[in-house]
Amino acid sequence: MIAPHSYLRAVFWPRLMSNRFAVAGGAVVLFMFIIAVTAPLLVPFSPNEINAWEVLNPPTLKHWFGTDDLGRDVLSRVIYGARISLLVGFIAAGIAVLIGTFVGLVAGFYGGWLDSILMRVVDIMFCFPAFFLILAVITFLRPSIWYIMIVIGLTGWMGVARMVRAETLSIREMDYIMAARCIGCSDKRIIFRHILPNAVSPALVAATLGIAGAILTESALSFLGIGVQPPTPSWGNILTSGKDYIEFAWWLSLFPGLAILITVLAYNLLGEGIRDALDPRVKL
Amino acid sequence: MANYLLKRILMLIPLMFGITLITFTVIHLAPGEPVEMQMAMNPKVGKEARERLRKFYGLDKPLAEQYFSWVGRLTRFDMGRSFSSDSRPVKDKIKERLPITLSLNIIALVLEFGLAIPIGILAATHRDTWLDKGITIFVFLGFAVPTFWLALLLMYFFGVKLNWLPISGLHTLGSENYGTLRYLWDLAKHLIMPITVASFGSLAGMSRYMRSSMLNVIGQDYITTARAKGLPERVVIYKHALRNALLPLITLFGFSIPALIGGSVIFESIYSIPGMGQLFYQSVMSRDYPVVMGILIIGALLTLIGNLIADVSYALADPRIRHGGAR
Repeated sequence: MIAPHSYLRAVFWPRLMSNRFAVAGGAVVLFMFIIAVTAPLLVPFSPNEINAWEVLNPPTLKHWFGTDDLGRDVLSRVIYGARISLLVGFIAAGIAVLIGTFVGLVAGFYGGWLDSILMRVVDIMFCFPAFFLILAVITFLRPSIWYIMIVIGLTGWMGVARMVRAETLSIREMDYIMAARCIGCSDKRIIFRHILPNAVSPALVAATLGIAGAILTESALSFLGIGVQPPTPSWGNILTSGKDYIEFAWWLSLFPGLAILITVLAYNLLGEGIRDALDPRVKL
Repeated sequence: MANYLLKRILMLIPLMFGITLITFTVIHLAPGEPVEMQMAMNPKVGKEARERLRKFYGLDKPLAEQYFSWVGRLTRFDMGRSFSSDSRPVKDKIKERLPITLSLNIIALVLEFGLAIPIGILAATHRDTWLDKGITIFVFLGFAVPTFWLALLLMYFFGVKLNWLPISGLHTLGSENYGTLRYLWDLAKHLIMPITVASFGSLAGMSRYMRSSMLNVIGQDYITTARAKGLPERVVIYKHALRNALLPLITLFGFSIPALIGGSVIFESIYSIPGMGQLFYQSVMSRDYPVVMGILIIGALLTLIGNLIADVSYALADPRIRHGGAR
């Protein structure tokens, strides 16, 4: 095994940087991150500032993205929406990857009945239309951003578990695991120190793609009125009013939708780029 | 084959057990009893009805007992009555909605496969050309477009701006009096946008999958052999490669069902289509627990059936599986 740091510097990083799509995706991801963090400094208006004289105004120099049905500045609301989307994306994908990695490691390492049970649970979870499950659980519990993150995470870990398990199964048979066993390493140490670092690459890719998926799910939930509750702006709930005023106010639908599209696209490009860079079979 | 089929069907039993367990848990996550909730939402329900409900759900009994009696009723397809003011049997409510959602999704699936396969072949056979790159960009856009936003945009352009397509429902008011042809044309016009939205999301993933499956097959030795013996490229691709490249797509069919059904919530509520997705949304919003439970079960069952069909067709197509090599 190559030491992780030199591997990153010598192989992974150059391969990732040579992929133009991945670099573009990474740049947008970084850009969105900066926007989310510095939102209060960037917004031209307060996102919840109501202005009865400027209701549903089309884009102008003063309001670049126009105003909504309460005269609020759409640009400011879209900028603040980035905070919600990224927060939900990161935490939901984080939960999914943590659970999935853990389940995959345990199932792959121990095998036997534990593996059978865990993999059946995966099969069962895969049977439910995830969106139905998420919709029901969140509505019953009460729509809140924390529940959304947790529930999206709890319904999205199965793919990661399968990938990490497959990886663990092959690593388990390697000589260095046998060596670790011989010198008396505990199971815990073998799993977390020897297998995890080598099985982590599918989880990394899944995390990046999972962020994109979670952003899409959150926006769909908010659009249906079950996600982030107004007046807190999220890209999905701005689109809800976009739907109500679609006949006279296209800007209310166009800009938040584009924000979702660009962000999700960026995470997907970055995720695929990381996957290709980690996969020695892919020639770049 | 019969052996394989039997084994495959037996495997469904633990899965169904798990499905009911999760559905049951989801419903009991809700704070307060379903009956109390129903009272709060609908003050018209009297004391008598409340007792009837409590009795029906056995809410005074321990959880385990509640679960087993519920599963027992389920095996007899008794899903109870809806909490809504019509209090009709859940089974009937779902039965009238299911065909709409199913037929919409089947049309969408056929469209998806019909487009994804040729797109995937084109991308694979023109690897690294501008055509392949164009398709890749389209695929990534397809992955990233929120379906409800696409639905809104289509509604705005084709419904509001151009006024070509109706934006809600399945029929124009009074279409019952149209002649057959005109009636069908009316229905088709109502279906164009919802089906486009339903199939767009998975189209991207599926054509990507087809491309990589095709590339994988083209790299095999027997394709090189076929080329070496001088077969025309057309025969190599469509006769030798395509059949094998299509195999993995069968698995994808099983996988795409939950996504399709889940997506129906979105397009059915945007386009006001009276299908199962819309019913689910309405029931969730009004906390109509029996209907929600029923639809969760039906949705998962449909996925199971889809997976079963996919596995069986795979076994039919690939003798290695049928005779128990792999798995």
